[in-house]
Amino acid sequence: MKNDLVLRVVAKLFIPFILLFALYVQFHGELGPGGGFQAGVIAAAGVVLHALIFGLDAARRIVPERLVETMLAAGVLIYAGVGVAGLLLGGNFLDYFVLSGDPVYGQLRGIFWVEAGVFVTVSGVMLKIFYMFAARGRDEDGEEA
Amino acid sequence: MMVATVLILAKSRNLFAVVVLGGIYSFLMATVLVALDAVDVAMTEAAVGAGVSTVLLLGALHLCRADEAKPAQRPWLPLAVALGTGAVLVYGTLGLPAFSDPQAPIRTHVEPRYLNEAQKETGVPNVVAAVLASYRGYDTLGETTVVFTAGAGVIALLRRRKKKDAAKDDDGKAAP
Repeated sequence: MKNDLVLRVVAKLFIPFILLFALYVQFHGELGPGGGFQAGVIAAAGVVLHALIFGLDAARRIVPERLVETMLAAGVLIYAGVGVAGLLLGGNFLDYFVLSGDPVYGQLRGIFWVEAGVFVTVSGVMLKIFYMFAARGRDEDGEEA
Repeated sequence: MMVATVLILAKSRNLFAVVVLGGIYSFLMATVLVALDAVDVAMTEAAVGAGVSTVLLLGALHLCRADEAKPAQRPWLPLAVALGTGAVLVYGTLGLPAFSDPQAPIRTHVEPRYLNEAQKETGVPNVVAAVLASYRGYDTLGETTVVFTAGAGVIALLRRRKKKDAAKDDDGKAAP
């Protein structure tokens, strides 16, 4: 699909909006529908679209595999880190009230970081699985081309 | 429409059609969930079910043949088991309280507190987000770990294969 002008132009137009929408879903998740999981999937879908249109290597240049693999673990660590931060500040595990002077603000902060952790892990896993499958198919593509 | 999609899905032997129909089914499911006011779940269903999983299944389909093999025997026993389980589950729903009954136990246990206090306690207007990230933080941590484990499992399963292919490729680009 690399040489189809229409697909290339439409994808170039769409991908920024998909990624922006993912960020909107991420940061607006407390106010409207959405949250870390949905945002992570949407962001991963944006990169997957890029990989489908411009080829796997182009996507790998933008989002290298090392980064994706780091994201996999980093998200869980961020999430658990929020819990440990609560412990260190004198609360229970995953207790957000202590993260800030004002309990409600602490809650907001805790939820923000927790959602960020979910976002990072989910988008990392989705991308990693896609890369894995696509890379396996590519060897056969190379033979056909 | 969903019933028709499922029937065609079960009948079809072409796996490509099955994958696309699965995506259509996910979108229909998402509209049902919107109708039930579960916007968060609908969004997830549309993004994961119709979007990413369709792409992943197409990627997997690329690796194998596009037609389903003929089953070795007629699937009457599995069909009977599935129908029996379904019938038992439907029988079980008869014992549940009526839909949106205000006196049902689910409405009187923690739900009033979530709905009434969530905004005050967490400052988050979306109650779903508040429950997910705050009241049920442990569960969501577990879910994130499950997603991580899934990713790690895929890496563990597919990476070794890749190394073997690479080794074969090094032997003179003869590997399929």
